[in-house]
Amino acid sequence: MTMNIKDIESLIKKKIPDATVVIKDLVGDNNHFSAEIESKEFNGKTRLEQHKMVYNSLSEELKEDLHALSIKTMEKK
Amino acid sequence: MTLTIQNVEEAKETIKKNNIVLFMKGTKDMPGCGFSAQVVQILNKTNVDYIDIDVLNDENFKENMKKFTNWPTFPQLYVKGEFIGGCDIVKEMFETGELLELFNTKGIDVKT
Repeated sequence: MTMNIKDIESLIKKKIPDATVVIKDLVGDNNHFSAEIESKEFNGKTRLEQHKMVYNSLSEELKEDLHALSIKTMEKK
Repeated sequence: MTLTIQNVEEAKETIKKNNIVLFMKGTKDMPGCGFSAQVVQILNKTNVDYIDIDVLNDENFKENMKKFTNWPTFPQLYVKGEFIGGCDIVKEMFETGELLELFNTKGIDVKT
């Protein structure tokens, strides 16, 4: 199964509406992505909790492909 | 040291008894995926003793570990019984110095 950048972005935004999402297809194979996500919902949460929020927004659709997604979360002022 | 474990009960015991336990794809001598390899590299750089466990040995164990940790991917790093994170988090913590700080505050020997 392969995803595209728009799919990942819309899944994240569905759960974290204020998120600024930058997704890169790392090697151009629709299978290895990096996602930088900035959201106010991350404020005051641990990095672990922030990453869990991102995983939870994707988990249904991406269960098997998640290994190929690298995540970086940032708080929004 | 590489341990072979096939159920979550043993994993819990191992996490309890050892300072640092890494659940990964492959072993530290032969990582089976790039993300696992990166965490191995980081732990080797910080020069700590750790246990590595290959989750690819047993598909059921792998799935049960995901549920136990409540984390969908591997590697999974545990320090003093506590889940720290996967590759991205460990990498970030290493780069900011938080990882070494964590080892220090937990009283884990960092051999320099």
